Amino acid sequence: MEAQLQPQIKPKPNSFWYQFNIVLQRIVVYTFLILLSFLFLFWMYVLIINATRPSSQIQQSFSALPGTFLFTNFNTMINNTNIRLVEALWNSFFIASLSALLSTYFSALTAYGIHMYHFKLRKIAYVFILIVMIIPSQVATIGLLSILYQFRLTDNYFVLIVPAISSPATFFFMKQYMESVLPFEIVESARVDGSGEIRTFHQIVLPMIKPALAVQFIFSFVGSWNSFFFPAMIIKSPNKRTVPLIISELRQLSNPATFDLGLVYMVIVCAVIPLVVVYFIFSKHIIKGVTLGSIKG
Amino acid sequence: MKKLLVSMLLVVVGLVLIACTESYETDGGEVLVIRAWNTEFQDRFRAYYPEYKETKTDGTDLLKDGTVVKWIITPNENNAYQNALDQDLLNQSSAAQNDRIDIFLIEADYALKYVNSQYSLDIKADLGITDAQLSNQYKYTQEIVTSSDGKLKGTSWQATPGLFAYRADIAREVLGTDDPVEVQKAIANWDKFDETAEDMKAAGYNMLAGYDDAYRVFSNNMSKPWVNANNEIEVDQNITRWIEQTKEYTTKGYNKGASLWDSVWQSEQGPSGKTFGFFYSTWGINFTLLGNSLANPDQPAEVGNGLYGEWRVAKGPQSWYWGGTWIVGAKYSDNRTLVKDVMLKLTTDKAIMKKITVDTQDYTNHKAAMLELANDPEFGSAFLGGQNHIKLFVESANAISLDAISPYDQGITETLQAAMKDYFVGTVTLDKAWENFYTNLKVKHPELKEKTS
Amino acid sequence: MEDKKKKKFNNNMYSKWGYIFIAPFFVIYGIFSVIPLAMTIYYSFFEYYFSMGLFPVGPNFIGFANYTELLAGPFWQILGNTFIMWGMGFVPQIVISLLLAVWFTDSRLKLKGLGFFKSVIYMPNLVMASAFSMIFFMLFGQNGPIVKALFDAGIVAENFDIFDTVWGTRAVIGFMNFVMWTGNTTILLMAGIMGIDPTLMEAAEVDGASRSQIFFKITMPLLKPIFIFVLITSMLGGLQMYDVPAILTNQTGSPDNSNLTIMMRLQQYLQNSSNYGMSGAISVLLFIIGGAASLLVFRSLIKNDLVSLDKVGN
Repeated sequence: MEAQLQPQIKPKPNSFWYQFNIVLQRIVVYTFLILLSFLFLFWMYVLIINATRPSSQIQQSFSALPGTFLFTNFNTMINNTNIRLVEALWNSFFIASLSALLSTYFSALTAYGIHMYHFKLRKIAYVFILIVMIIPSQVATIGLLSILYQFRLTDNYFVLIVPAISSPATFFFMKQYMESVLPFEIVESARVDGSGEIRTFHQIVLPMIKPALAVQFIFSFVGSWNSFFFPAMIIKSPNKRTVPLIISELRQLSNPATFDLGLVYMVIVCAVIPLVVVYFIFSKHIIKGVTLGSIKG
Repeated sequence: MKKLLVSMLLVVVGLVLIACTESYETDGGEVLVIRAWNTEFQDRFRAYYPEYKETKTDGTDLLKDGTVVKWIITPNENNAYQNALDQDLLNQSSAAQNDRIDIFLIEADYALKYVNSQYSLDIKADLGITDAQLSNQYKYTQEIVTSSDGKLKGTSWQATPGLFAYRADIAREVLGTDDPVEVQKAIANWDKFDETAEDMKAAGYNMLAGYDDAYRVFSNNMSKPWVNANNEIEVDQNITRWIEQTKEYTTKGYNKGASLWDSVWQSEQGPSGKTFGFFYSTWGINFTLLGNSLANPDQPAEVGNGLYGEWRVAKGPQSWYWGGTWIVGAKYSDNRTLVKDVMLKLTTDKAIMKKITVDTQDYTNHKAAMLELANDPEFGSAFLGGQNHIKLFVESANAISLDAISPYDQGITETLQAAMKDYFVGTVTLDKAWENFYTNLKVKHPELKEKTS
Repeated sequence: MEDKKKKKFNNNMYSKWGYIFIAPFFVIYGIFSVIPLAMTIYYSFFEYYFSMGLFPVGPNFIGFANYTELLAGPFWQILGNTFIMWGMGFVPQIVISLLLAVWFTDSRLKLKGLGFFKSVIYMPNLVMASAFSMIFFMLFGQNGPIVKALFDAGIVAENFDIFDTVWGTRAVIGFMNFVMWTGNTTILLMAGIMGIDPTLMEAAEVDGASRSQIFFKITMPLLKPIFIFVLITSMLGGLQMYDVPAILTNQTGSPDNSNLTIMMRLQQYLQNSSNYGMSGAISVLLFIIGGAASLLVFRSLIKNDLVSLDKVGN
């Protein structure tokens, strides 16, 4: 559905009260929106301000204006050899990119398989995946952890990346999208032209679902980037930590790094702001992608 | 033909046997891996270990002979340090050589767990350290790391007598004097301590910062360990006393509602704080108190910068100790000579340990060196306004007893303090707090039971 | 004639490709989810943990003992906590989302700058929950600016700490969940509203219905599928809530275990003693509860999808 506004209900003649009513409503709405935006943004403002102030000042008072400690706090963070945020950012990026890649590609593959081909177990497979999507994924975690610990397979990225191949939610999204965008004729004409099935998928189908691929890549990436529970159980070496693990170590009050509040704020800024900046650049596409083909009218 | 087959078989069997026996390099490794939960030992190592050369940008250190020192630091809370350490120890035999833990640090709260396990090296039999070399150490620092079959499994550079650090300026105002001997009279036992707390409140100050400050003074003086032979929890009457006192203090406003290490606790040690004193140990003076007392951390640490020079120490109402860190050699370490040298230099060498005390006010594990400093009229700490605090502790360091420790102490302490805090603040009743304690402790340690008799 | 040929083309020669294409998904799922799930259920019937983290105890078969221990303990309280924390975020979330969705899709209001507001409201969904919690911990903590301002204004006493109070902590958690998810719900509801057939509205208007009547009697009922979708997915997410309360309360669920979620309790069982038995039992209980809630969504969504699958396939 294109962005269709609510139907043009025939307006009453341009009476003064009607116009006044509308303007009043607009004032109410805008005020509410501004207040809401304040609620949704104030924490980010304080976060950035405090990252520019020294620890002692942060403890003593609140300030609406930035301080002068931006570079000092940044340098303290870079030189703190136990935090190693840059390394963690790279680790997180590595894991998230590969996970998103695998998740998007294989979800498209699986969705295409179910969408395009008729085989005996087709319906069962589809229903099965939907059930999987609904069950909390954490329930298998214990068994997985015990297996990994027993066979000394923890502390590696393989276990964090490979399971992304089976992402039911991404599959569901792709399937919905294919239903509205991929007619069978395209594939059949490709067959007539002599294209093998795999080639058809890669050279014809994938380009046609590019918007869905892009959107799901972003969501998978963000999901992996932000994940905390499972990586916390798996990763043990400090040089393999991801960003959420660094943050959780900062929550430990007896951790000497937390004695310097400016440092803590700076770490959080570096963990959060890059993604926010990228988001605001692409926000229109990302928001559109939330409902891309997933909700039928 | 037969002979050939038999000899081939023998060779194969021999190779298999060689591969299967636990043979591993015990020396000459290139990387020294050290596991710790904070940076205290890292600071001491870098400043005082003679073989230390420099620190590289990736956080590793370089020694003069080219060995790389890799630090793995995991904070202590919620068992994170022990979790990570245990994983590494369980994997030691199959880990790559350069990844093997060589040294790990342990605290009194859970020392017994590792001391009685197979993962710690016997420092006499495996590393070759002699009794003569260890002769100047305080006995209790050796007792705690002696396994049940009599092997010495670790060594420490510290003795950690507990003390009460107080604000000289507040003492002058409320007690009329800042002299440690006089102030000690006002806090010589718990009754006097409570009275002084009342005086402090009347003058607008609070005696302590938070709920857990006095805990260890009580818990170290328990008459029996937390866990008895049947894995039952024994609640000592000292603990009950602590709970009562803290509830009273909280209700009457004698503390600031802080918890150990939180930001209120830290800032109360600074110029804006209204707290009279903190129960500390000698290692805390340099590691935490000094930094927190400065008004401006960028300026040099000297008189005039915040509370530098306004802190003194006194013995307090009871003798106690706080922690202490022990250096343990890990089984499967590939650097035994180096581990031995680190231990010898940092925990038995008189000159090095004396210097550590002079620089950091830490009470080091060398009786002769401490005696020298105690009797030295020139020795005093500028941070403590010129006070010779070592003199204060020479006696009490000898008297520290670790009879009442159990390997579960860290889990029990964390759980108890969290559960009781709700009671102090008034969120739950005392009965509910105890119920929460037992429930949450059972989650942490399924084998422990509440005492039913 | 052509149809028949097409059908033949599809069904016989190429059906095996279906299996090939979906194979990776199922293989990986089998290895990383099905087998571990079986192990989880298996261990839940055993006493199996590591005393002090180092010395294994068990596995000893003990039947349902783990379950009885769990259910006799604070499990129901923990479930209730999880539900409360979820509800305190979800209720304002659904109300405000609906309000915003209606406003954003109302052409007569001629609202400008919608793109900006939508971006702002959706943004917290992508912020790392652990970092978000850390920020709120510092902002609302005892030494933070919010409490200081309240103290200066004379509203609270001297040693006040929001995180010492049960409902204060829950409110902060609820607020965080609200901020993180309202944007998502708003976008979904907007899509739902824009998908409503305009002729319905016009007909009602012609019949003399007022705006609020149209809203309550036509718009809301037609949004029901989306409501259900949002409700169920939010509930399932709420069941698994971990990051926010864990970081905020330092994995303790303080005060008084009132902010402990099921996942946090599960992590606690693993923390000191790697208790696979008990954590397995909690996982299974979570599985059952999640499964029961998911049956609801199964009924509403799947039925529609199976119908459309048949339609599209042929």
